[in-house]
Amino acid sequence: MDLSKALEVASLTDKGLVRSHNEDSVLANAVAGFVILADGMGGYNAGEVASGMTTALLGSELTKAFAEREPSAPVGGGKRHVHAVLETEIARTNSAIYQAAQSQPQYSGMGTTLVMAVFQDDKVTVAHIGDSRLYRLRGEEFGPITRDHSLLQEQIDNGMLTPEQARHSQNKNLVTRALGIDPAVEPEIHDHDVQPGDIYLLCSDGLNDMVEDEEIAMALQAFGANLELCAMQLVQMANDNGGRDNVSVILVKVKEAFPAPSSGLGQWWRRILGWFKAR
Amino acid sequence: MAKLILCMESMVLKEIPLTKERMTIGRKPHNDIQIDNLAISGEHAVVVTVLNDSFLEDLHSTNGTFVNGHAIEKHFLQNGDVIELGKYRLKYVNEVPQQAPAAGPADFEKTMVLRPDIARKTAEQIENKAVGDTQVGLKATSAAPPPAAAQPAAALPPAVIQILSGANMGKELELTKTLTTLGKPGVQVAVIARRPHGYFITHVEGANFPVVSGVTLEANKPHPLKDHDIIELAGVKMEFFFKA
Repeated sequence: MDLSKALEVASLTDKGLVRSHNEDSVLANAVAGFVILADGMGGYNAGEVASGMTTALLGSELTKAFAEREPSAPVGGGKRHVHAVLETEIARTNSAIYQAAQSQPQYSGMGTTLVMAVFQDDKVTVAHIGDSRLYRLRGEEFGPITRDHSLLQEQIDNGMLTPEQARHSQNKNLVTRALGIDPAVEPEIHDHDVQPGDIYLLCSDGLNDMVEDEEIAMALQAFGANLELCAMQLVQMANDNGGRDNVSVILVKVKEAFPAPSSGLGQWWRRILGWFKAR
Repeated sequence: MAKLILCMESMVLKEIPLTKERMTIGRKPHNDIQIDNLAISGEHAVVVTVLNDSFLEDLHSTNGTFVNGHAIEKHFLQNGDVIELGKYRLKYVNEVPQQAPAAGPADFEKTMVLRPDIARKTAEQIENKAVGDTQVGLKATSAAPPPAAAQPAAALPPAVIQILSGANMGKELELTKTLTTLGKPGVQVAVIARRPHGYFITHVEGANFPVVSGVTLEANKPHPLKDHDIIELAGVKMEFFFKA
């Protein structure tokens, strides 16, 4: 199913003002209806190897898997194809990075965060690992959909820190999960309902560490009609505030509903119903 | 590593590095930091350190624990905080070390993975990194205030848009927000962005592009606004100017 009619997508990645190179990677496939963002870490160029491997591997495997079968198709055990594919392919990507890091000394210790969204059947399936985020703007309402896998988020969760205090912490940028650093990884995967008009933002911490959520919301509202400009604006705001990290954004606007094409059985039912109605 | 400097009446008595995750302060000898004075409770307070952050907690002491003059139960310590216990003062120092002048990427802020089993090690790594000689701009970056405070926009003079035609003629719109939207959604929209070095107008949507002092804006290209520029947008004329 071609989703490019229902989804408008824009993405931008920038190394910021301080870092010597960009370790973030972004990939968007509006036709298949998925977007991927990874923020790599690890010495010298290893971070961008890890994030680049992630977007490339997941990008090609998902394109293949969703061409073979609708992501919303049930695969048994109450699961949908999209979930099975995400679990398998994230695990495989994790192994690929882990093995590269183990076998080549220059890649030792590399890893990456991951946030990705698959749009299917009027839903979005979100998988994430680490502190890259997915935000949603729905009408006036703006906020993160993902919860960081980070020390600070854990401290906020257990009441040790308030979100305001967390801004003053010296323990920023410590993630508790990452892709490629252990033989196995546990992604967090959830489904969310999608409404036409929604704007989704995937970003690396280079955006949300530099720009307050309210300002991000303002940019999405002001530039929502022009996603490319919106992406430029967000990157610019991060850089105007210091640009201390790589900053990457992917924006997805839902232009219309995108229900899954009816399955064979559904079509059969619809025909029967149509036949009854016709009489 | 963070430390406490124990003083009494401006005399420095001791420097105490926060080496343990939990360091208790009290009168009794089993405390990590013992202050043998009757104004201090047996177990008075505790400092809990998690990597580079430290928290102070009062242990229901008789005379209370004060930070910068305020009684606290629990407090997230910031560099320079002064803890008062009776006549004693403990200054919390958590300075990021001065870096050597050697050039190199500022990677102190880089994302790192924290696993429970290596939490200690990570802390040491951060510590080592912090004193390593490849840090540049370390102090500036890691000690930087949160984004809101970091905005250098204060230096920018305030500006307004005054409507020169149509129903709202004469009205003024102050450009105080980072982004100000002009026009009608679905018809023609432009946004003025307030940036550290000036105000910029960008065409966002609509078939017609705004005209600024006779120049039609280009698509996806922010246009810098000059004092007394005339903006024509959706049939309305307006003037941009700086407020003295």
